[in-house]
Amino acid sequence: MRFVFKRSYDADIGLFKHRPQALWYLGLLVLVVALPWLVDEFFVGEATNVLIWAIAGMGLMLLTGHTGQASLGHAAFMAVGCYTCVIMIANGVPFLLALPLAGVIAGLVGVIVALPVLRLHGIYLAIATLAISVLTEDFIVIAEPWTGGVVGLVAPPIVIFGLEIDRYGTPALFYFLTLAVTLVVLAGYRNLLRAPLGRAFTALRDSEISAQAMGVNIARTKATAFGLSCGATGLAGALLGFYAGAFNHETFNLVLSIQLLLMIVIGGLGSIHGAFFGALVIGFLPQFIALVRDGISGVFDLGSVTIPGIESGIFGLILVGFILFEPTGIYGRWVKLRTYFELYPFYRKDMFKRQKSFLKTERMR
Amino acid sequence: MLHCRQQCDGNHPVWGVGELDLLQLSISGLANGCVYGLIALGFVLIYKATEAVNFAQGDFMMFGAFITIWLANSYYLGINFWVAVSIAVLIMGMLGYLLDMIVLRRMFGQPQIAVVILTIALGFILRFLAGAIWAHEPQSLEFPLAGEKITLGGLVLGVEEVAVILVTFALCGLLYLFFSRSRLGMAMQAASQNQLAAYFMGVPVKRIQSLVWALGGMVAAVAGVLFASKGAIDPSTGLLGIKAFAAAVIGGFGSLPGALIGGIIIGLVEPFAAYGLPAGYSQIAPYLIMLLVLIFRPHGLFSQVQKKKV
Amino acid sequence: MSLLVLEQVTVRFGGLVAVNDVSFHVGEGEVFALVGPNGAGKSTVFNLISRFYDPAHGDIRFREKSILGLRPDQVPALGIARTFQNIELFEQSTVLQNLLVGRHRHRRSSLVSELFFAPQVRSEERRHRQVVEEVIDFLELQAYRDKTIAGLAYGVRKVVELARALATEPRILLLDEPASGLSLEETQDMIFWIEDIKKQMGITVLMVEHDMNLVASVSDRVLALADGKELAIGSAQDVQSHPAVIEAYLGSGGRAGHDG
Repeated sequence: MRFVFKRSYDADIGLFKHRPQALWYLGLLVLVVALPWLVDEFFVGEATNVLIWAIAGMGLMLLTGHTGQASLGHAAFMAVGCYTCVIMIANGVPFLLALPLAGVIAGLVGVIVALPVLRLHGIYLAIATLAISVLTEDFIVIAEPWTGGVVGLVAPPIVIFGLEIDRYGTPALFYFLTLAVTLVVLAGYRNLLRAPLGRAFTALRDSEISAQAMGVNIARTKATAFGLSCGATGLAGALLGFYAGAFNHETFNLVLSIQLLLMIVIGGLGSIHGAFFGALVIGFLPQFIALVRDGISGVFDLGSVTIPGIESGIFGLILVGFILFEPTGIYGRWVKLRTYFELYPFYRKDMFKRQKSFLKTERMR
Repeated sequence: MLHCRQQCDGNHPVWGVGELDLLQLSISGLANGCVYGLIALGFVLIYKATEAVNFAQGDFMMFGAFITIWLANSYYLGINFWVAVSIAVLIMGMLGYLLDMIVLRRMFGQPQIAVVILTIALGFILRFLAGAIWAHEPQSLEFPLAGEKITLGGLVLGVEEVAVILVTFALCGLLYLFFSRSRLGMAMQAASQNQLAAYFMGVPVKRIQSLVWALGGMVAAVAGVLFASKGAIDPSTGLLGIKAFAAAVIGGFGSLPGALIGGIIIGLVEPFAAYGLPAGYSQIAPYLIMLLVLIFRPHGLFSQVQKKKV
Repeated sequence: MSLLVLEQVTVRFGGLVAVNDVSFHVGEGEVFALVGPNGAGKSTVFNLISRFYDPAHGDIRFREKSILGLRPDQVPALGIARTFQNIELFEQSTVLQNLLVGRHRHRRSSLVSELFFAPQVRSEERRHRQVVEEVIDFLELQAYRDKTIAGLAYGVRKVVELARALATEPRILLLDEPASGLSLEETQDMIFWIEDIKKQMGITVLMVEHDMNLVASVSDRVLALADGKELAIGSAQDVQSHPAVIEAYLGSGGRAGHDG
């Protein structure tokens, strides 16, 4: 168990709790920066994929994990980010301007969408965002002159000051670009959480009525959360477009929306760590399944049997397991493990037990 | 719905629509709407009784249909159609009961959204299972009366469509009688209105909830049978559940007749939107209606829910 | 000078008249208590001042200005803070975080400056922390400072509610049953704190309370309500011995219960 002696208020305001923690994160940063020299190109591509998921995950985590507004439609905002970015570049806007602008536009679209659905709670909000996801998919098809309809668009090469970045040609550079965006979003997110607005978000999640009584403007704060969340998700969408190379309406379908939500649940709702853990799971699951399958077919000599849809099936199973046995996700399990070792041998089984309550009806609002 | 639109477009290449065509269009829309309505009915049943929203209801429907196909179709087991349907309904009822007993009961007292995510995951699993067992090609149920037509003064109706409509209304009547007359039905109502009070009055709330899930599974199985006998079904058809959501929302999520009417509205809107609007726009219609209802009448068109002051 | 004035306020919920033509004023620096049997309309008065409810008619003025045109989230900005009868804390946050939300009305930073955590945000944050730490010291919450609310005992939560309201640096504090569910000892602490809040901090207190011991020890004036109507107003002794008040309590079950 570590005791931190705080000598000024800055000790609580700081990004890290204590120096060793800062060192751990510095080490992690060194590792991810050095990654392209440590592993092969294929793996760098996979790591980029994980980072893109993590950015989108952070976006949704802000909204669902911290503000308590579940969204089943975030693929729509990935689509907005992706299409606006690519269309802008096609019209001569330089990439360095187009990417942040795509984020801003996705954020603004998020605010506009949020305004009418703000009054909805819980399940109704989930259904409304679900509808938004489906509608966006159809809208992409309708808006064919801009979006290419069902054929889709091909992402142009990224050019930054004459330097051409391509996912296949220069995977390391594309990885660094994604890493940079990840770090920027991460920094903004962390800053927000230690500032009044971030606290207002969590306040809204835990008790709207009490947040209001403390002077939090519910409508505006929720809209802000939506905007920021959709902005980050839009950035991830833009990067996903370049990562995939070509994309159409099906790239951003409902399943993606649902996967995003499931990802942050597996990672652990209500923590930034959760977004990253979830991204790792969802990013490496296909490889993991392939490995296991090859292992099994190697032992039993089945040849290369493929079962279509096995990924989502296993994903569903993992999710059911988490919700039943570890609703706080991977991050929650990690915190428990850490506490166990810190307090050893004094850890109690019920230390993190949540009180169970009788069902409070959400029908009467 | 795709299936319907192809059929209608095939019959009427010209835009002019006669009265008979309109009627025929309405009836095929009505038949589709009945299926949506039945899935929505399942949502609402479960939601009313347990406050859980079963996002896997569409997949329940799909699964029930596949079990029936597996039992009844000649290239599978090929047993008698009616026996197959009864068995499928029973199996789905058991599945619902077991799911609640093993999985959902553990969710007691957890936030609603956790249940939503859980049922989405269950849907993924069901879809995967169906794909693994019965493959991903669309399949139809071999309906014994298939292909026969009923002629009513110039109006030619597929017997499947008529059957769908009749069965739906019969099922609704049965459910109405069940809830208003039977002891179990009334206990279900009591448990849905106030869990704690129902506990105190000696209603076995947990078992009742499992039974409601069983009922939800059975209704889904019937919907699946109806759907598969008038069109083809594949594992991803479960996503149709979203349209049923629209139906449930339009009906007000808390009302059983509302769910059915919502389903019928969606079913009727679709073919007419397909006629009146250019391709692409028409499929938006159900979701657009749902979104508008959510924004302007969040508790649906037919809901008896009153707004409570905090 | 009257800080808060309610003038002929009436509230109806459907056919039920929850508050019927109630008028009172709370003076600057006063501890004013609302008492009455359950369902008398006491908490409704609080919800009116917090703007969660709209009165059918009547006016509510704070420092000579009507507050009826305000949204609930604009009320704290005037310096009106409140606690809740059934404890409405931010369950998943620590005590410190809860108190910091109380500082929200003093937020001056913009979204963009917070995203970059600009120097101005940091200096404001230091100021927020200072106020909050003072409140933690005052209410002796140091031991719970970094604990999550979900794991705290009822009595402590009650104090955190009070602390969060104090962290807003209010002019008037609305306490909704501050002693309900507390042990004798904890109630005694609450009495000392309310006295200190009044004397040392100069904050006006309006409270709803069933515990007549607490009411008698701290309040300057007491207003008794029953069925939404005023029964009696005056010192604690006067109100307690007022025949209408005695009748209201006995008539409604003869119990000035602690259940709320």
